[in-house]
Amino acid sequence: MNPLPAASAKCEVSFTVNGEAKKLLAHPMERLLDVLRNDLKLTGTKEGCGEGECGSCSVLLDGMLVNSCLVPVAQASGASIVTIEGMSAHALMHPLQKAFLECGGAQCGICTPGMILAAVHLLENKPEPSAAEIREGLAGNLCRCTGYMQIFEAVARAARRRVAK
Amino acid sequence: MRADPTEYRLVSPGDLQAVLSLLASEPAQWLPIAGGTDVMVLYSAGKLPNRKLINIWNIPELRRIDVFPDTVRIGAACTYTALRKHDIVSREFPLLATAASWTGGIANQNRGTLGGNIANASPAADALPALLVYDAEVTLISASGERRVSYRVFHSGYKQTALAADELIRDISLPRRFSGYVSHARKVGARNAQAISKVCLAALGQIANGAIRDVRLALGSVAPVPLRLNETEHVLIGKKIEPSLIDATKASVVKEIRPIDDIRSTARYRAAVAGNLVAEFIEKLAAAGANE
Repeated sequence: MNPLPAASAKCEVSFTVNGEAKKLLAHPMERLLDVLRNDLKLTGTKEGCGEGECGSCSVLLDGMLVNSCLVPVAQASGASIVTIEGMSAHALMHPLQKAFLECGGAQCGICTPGMILAAVHLLENKPEPSAAEIREGLAGNLCRCTGYMQIFEAVARAARRRVAK
Repeated sequence: MRADPTEYRLVSPGDLQAVLSLLASEPAQWLPIAGGTDVMVLYSAGKLPNRKLINIWNIPELRRIDVFPDTVRIGAACTYTALRKHDIVSREFPLLATAASWTGGIANQNRGTLGGNIANASPAADALPALLVYDAEVTLISASGERRVSYRVFHSGYKQTALAADELIRDISLPRRFSGYVSHARKVGARNAQAISKVCLAALGQIANGAIRDVRLALGSVAPVPLRLNETEHVLIGKKIEPSLIDATKASVVKEIRPIDDIRSTARYRAAVAGNLVAEFIEKLAAAGANE
């Protein structure tokens, strides 16, 4: 092991978060999750396992669902990021948030932001998902409270309303 | 202990030649990182030995899928999502597209890359058996040139690969000659997504005049490397499918694999399941033969 750590200088990172341009200084290997929570105070994004297994830290990075615990912040440079805080507009809930509330899809709330982001990503790609597609779309997001059925129902309900519009 | 980001460097040269120059100037010092689904896990746990990382996520040449008349060439940093969404990959290489759908959940498929899985060299990786049966060839590049290596000889032992210290995987080529084969992919794990396999199978076969004309079998999680079952293939080729052949096949599979007991399963269970998965495929092949 190298006795002298190769010290890293901070680098300037610019990206947009929920539509707002942000510029900050960070060590390039800082996790996007930590930069969102600690530097930008966007604490809606949760840390669960910290190793890409549970989906709690899911955000959209240029429209792609990612686990923000596995993204070094330097790789988010120039990107457009959406977090749970970007879901509601003018204090109005996003239709998925509303459906989660109605169906009892949230209990302790740790997995919920990631679940909502995964569901947003799913409906962007598959506006009318089958039950199997809903399960697959959320398979990377673990919930220890609800037993999942209410979550699947919430996503199905939001999809039906979206298509009906 | 959690890693301290101030102790790690991550540079983003942004083009392939600059990446290769840096790898050549200090061989084995720089660890390439693409989607981070393996590297960041080790890093976060404080177990990443490398302190210098080089970003290859944003190198366009590594993210392409090129279709030629005889081959499909997949850039090493193509994600599992890109593989699943690609028409020709899905149609002509269903074992690879299916394995891509088993790899992690959607978020990890959006970031995990085929080249990363090959370089990480886990014998449990779901996509690697598919590359074995499709006769994949891997192109390795460095500042001093490029060479092509058959994927069959790429892994020399547990987590040992043919990659030299200054080399990068550029692409994976698949010959387009397997679309007429019966194909079969099976994963046995604790759950579908986000669970590493206890055993996984990729199999291809052709049947003609009631006999097996060609068969290609590869298993994950049953040996120190993703394993092509050469001896079992010899047992099968040219034979008519009958009950005694199924028994001989299972016996050969068990003889050929080297499973271990670990956190996910036992050697005994893996051996039984491996034999059954191959037998299931032979029965599927027989059914296809009956419809000839």
